[in-house]
Amino acid sequence: MNWDVVIGLEIHTQLATKSKIFSGSSTQYGASPNSQASLVDLGYPGVLPVLNRDAVCMAIKFGLATGCQISPRSIFARKNYFYPDLPKGYQISQYELPIVYDGCLEIVLEDGELRTIGITRAHLEEDAGKSLHDDFRDHSGIDLNRAGTPLLEIVSEPDLRSATEAGIYMRAIHTLVCYLGISDGNMQEGSFRCDANVSIRSRGEKKLGTRTELKNLNSFRFVEKAIQVEIERQINVVEDGAEVVQETRLYDAGSNTTRTMRIKEEANDYRYFPDPDLLPVIIEDKLIEKLRSELPELPDAKRNRFISNYALSETVAEELTSTREIGDYFEEAVKSQPSVPPKQIAKLIQRELTEALKKNSLNIKKSKVPPEIIAVLASKIQDNSISSSAASAVFEELWRTDSSIGVSNVIEKLGLEQISNEGVINTMVDDIIAQNPEQAEQCRKGKDKVIGFLVGQVMKISRGKANPQQVIQTLKNKLRGE
Amino acid sequence: MHEATIAQLAQELKSRKISSQELTKHFLERISRLDADLNAFITITQNDALAQAKAADARLASGEGTPLTGIPIAHKDIFCTKGVKTSCGSRMLDNFISPYDATVVARLKQAGAVMLGKTNMDEFAMGSSNETSFYGPAHNPWDRDTVPGGSSGGSAAAVAARMACGATGTDTGGSIRQPAAFSGVTGVKPTYGRVSRYGIVAFASSLDQAGTLTRTAEDAALMLQIMSGPDELDSTALPNLVPDFCKALKDPWENITIGVPDNFFDKDLDPNNAQLIRDALSVFEKLGATIKEIHLENIHLSVPVYYVVAPAEASSNLSRFDGIRYGYRAEGESGDLAEFYMRTRGEGFGAEVKRRILMGTYVLSAGYYDAYYLQAQKIRQLISQDFSRAFEDVDLIAGPTAPTPAFSIGQKINDPIQMYLNDIYTIGAPLAGLPALSTPCGLVNNLPVGLQLIGPHLSEERLLKAAHYFQQETDWHTLVPPGYFE
Repeated sequence: MNWDVVIGLEIHTQLATKSKIFSGSSTQYGASPNSQASLVDLGYPGVLPVLNRDAVCMAIKFGLATGCQISPRSIFARKNYFYPDLPKGYQISQYELPIVYDGCLEIVLEDGELRTIGITRAHLEEDAGKSLHDDFRDHSGIDLNRAGTPLLEIVSEPDLRSATEAGIYMRAIHTLVCYLGISDGNMQEGSFRCDANVSIRSRGEKKLGTRTELKNLNSFRFVEKAIQVEIERQINVVEDGAEVVQETRLYDAGSNTTRTMRIKEEANDYRYFPDPDLLPVIIEDKLIEKLRSELPELPDAKRNRFISNYALSETVAEELTSTREIGDYFEEAVKSQPSVPPKQIAKLIQRELTEALKKNSLNIKKSKVPPEIIAVLASKIQDNSISSSAASAVFEELWRTDSSIGVSNVIEKLGLEQISNEGVINTMVDDIIAQNPEQAEQCRKGKDKVIGFLVGQVMKISRGKANPQQVIQTLKNKLRGE
Repeated sequence: MHEATIAQLAQELKSRKISSQELTKHFLERISRLDADLNAFITITQNDALAQAKAADARLASGEGTPLTGIPIAHKDIFCTKGVKTSCGSRMLDNFISPYDATVVARLKQAGAVMLGKTNMDEFAMGSSNETSFYGPAHNPWDRDTVPGGSSGGSAAAVAARMACGATGTDTGGSIRQPAAFSGVTGVKPTYGRVSRYGIVAFASSLDQAGTLTRTAEDAALMLQIMSGPDELDSTALPNLVPDFCKALKDPWENITIGVPDNFFDKDLDPNNAQLIRDALSVFEKLGATIKEIHLENIHLSVPVYYVVAPAEASSNLSRFDGIRYGYRAEGESGDLAEFYMRTRGEGFGAEVKRRILMGTYVLSAGYYDAYYLQAQKIRQLISQDFSRAFEDVDLIAGPTAPTPAFSIGQKINDPIQMYLNDIYTIGAPLAGLPALSTPCGLVNNLPVGLQLIGPHLSEERLLKAAHYFQQETDWHTLVPPGYFE
């Protein structure tokens, strides 16, 4: 039988406020345990929460960026349950009236198809602390630094149809919240995590199947893998004649399986009710308009602009808009060398810079080669001063030396000026034809692939300095009279 | 010295006729002599009090200070006091030393008031007799076999027995006004939000309001002047600036209309109490007020509504007492986390608190929320609207504070319904967030009876002024419980 898959995601994104959502404590990650927990975060008797307006503004920005309705009046509720890392015995969250609701996000599937994913709601809530079970023999440690950190929980409609789509959607939300500057999106630090609701139904069926909830998926890779194995598990269950049980499951990356965490009957009754310590959040149009005017250019718009303004392909534009910073870097480079085709610069960023950053685990803001320098390098390729393979070596040297000595000096130092002298190239081509009679013969007969091999040989003896276009031309001329 | 009011003592302190240190020593001496029989205090902060008195004297000597500088007062043990045990009348917090001051405490401290100690109360303010306290019942100075009322019973007993010039209290369903009535003192519960709740151990957040227990309305005005006002630490504190309460008392009398709800004169009201309330109303008539009978359509539902809303909020507010970070923790090994919680909370909380946590948990549970909690909120709205409608025609509402004078210790403690019904006249005002007070209006069988006045939102000036004029015409508030004059 054929199965349709239905997935909805609940993404918890930590908002990049300086202080917590209901107290003045810092939200800085990595401080020593419980050093950033005030009396409010510790749930002391008599203390009261006071709402951080920055968190509200960030939630509104997200709502505006996803076409959500902004609630003129939303309320905070208490979600009651006992756990040692939940100091008050309840989490302050939003339940009946979330701050923003009813929006959508367009995602680009692998085949280029556009798909609109509904966003049911996004609501504000406070994070819990952390229980540390491994560091203390016979005891558990509680770190309440994270308690009270603002979260935006973004709930999607069940519009996703595969594990891959779920991954693409999660990345798109990640890109968006980073663009908006409302989250640092740091997944290692837990700033961006996800729960997935997964169900299957026979193809064409309208009714939703029984869903399971996968908890705490905190990387893009895990989301896709966990959902995939859960889909396979559910199909096996149903095809074996059994029924999927509504439950919460955990993904085990080691064995690549999911296992039961708790079944529905064991589910908590959270006894939600409006928090009497907090006033309703009233949002006026004036604030919405102010925040709208502060919105940065969003990923979709930027991608489309890059395609039309800089003649980039869809995939290159996608990559150069994957973060706000890489887009800014690219545009600064383009601006500093207006005569160089943006494509040439884009190529260098993709081929050289991205690699170097990845290898050194650096953010583009910390790049050792600034945009003006990479633009100069691109101009050297453009005017044939160096070949693009030589540019790679130049880039490496620039990176190593903090680019302080300048592009021309590096080219000279490495002796990588491109050889465009006709006589020199003629000699090298003749040598290679003589050394590879078999391939030369095949080329004469019209085998195009072999040209590449011969060009490679010329490049090799020229140590990458020969102008490749000129080498190709010379080879064709000599072997085919073209 | 203990016979004088705060207003009188303030004059004498200012003119340096007496010193705060003399005054404070005098009250400390009274507490050490009298409190063994009354159990009004949970903690006596003798050393701090003397140090604060010394500082107050220095401040007064340099011609500075406020009307409260050097005045010895007591705080209900529900207010967090830095460095001092804050038990809330519970075993759960018997070992809890607060690391911070409640806003009310901080403001009074800053004004120069001297803290004598922390007063007894029903556990977590849940009770109407002070009998649910982990520290045993406080006794009514008028008759030590009777209760002083609750939950602010210790504060009421302390002021009645002249062991403090004034005291703070909190009122959720009548916890200031009912003990004030039972103990023969003036108890004021301001408008919800007039006084910050920051640092008050929460019982029912949408109802809790701090106020005063004093001998006179004027003294209440002096204390509330300092306690009231916006607080950025409490989102529900009102932003309204605080009027000059003391000045309002001195304003000439205006002929106001006082509404008297017929519903308050029902079969529950002791006929002797009823007569005293009628006598009190005729005092207002003589002052020139118009008395008008009114009807509050839904007020009879206030007790059931209260016993859904207050326990619901309490069940959540008291979840933080889990033995993890502070407070009582069950000794010995627990098999698992659930057992640890059950033992800690089972041993740390008393019977009445557990009863209310159970009720509150029940009414918020899936399947019952709509029928109980939501329904109660709707009726709460109706009760509130009844008051608003009434205040279109009248300036104040008057009636009894409690159906009877103080009852005997042990009389109602095993019958929660009878105990809850004792708050039948006081619960309406907090459900509607309205300011209200109780002022002494006579004796029945040598026990004090209180007249309750309820005003519209933020009408503290009008309320205090009415009580002040009443106290100029009567001397019930000046009566001293027998045996406490010396």
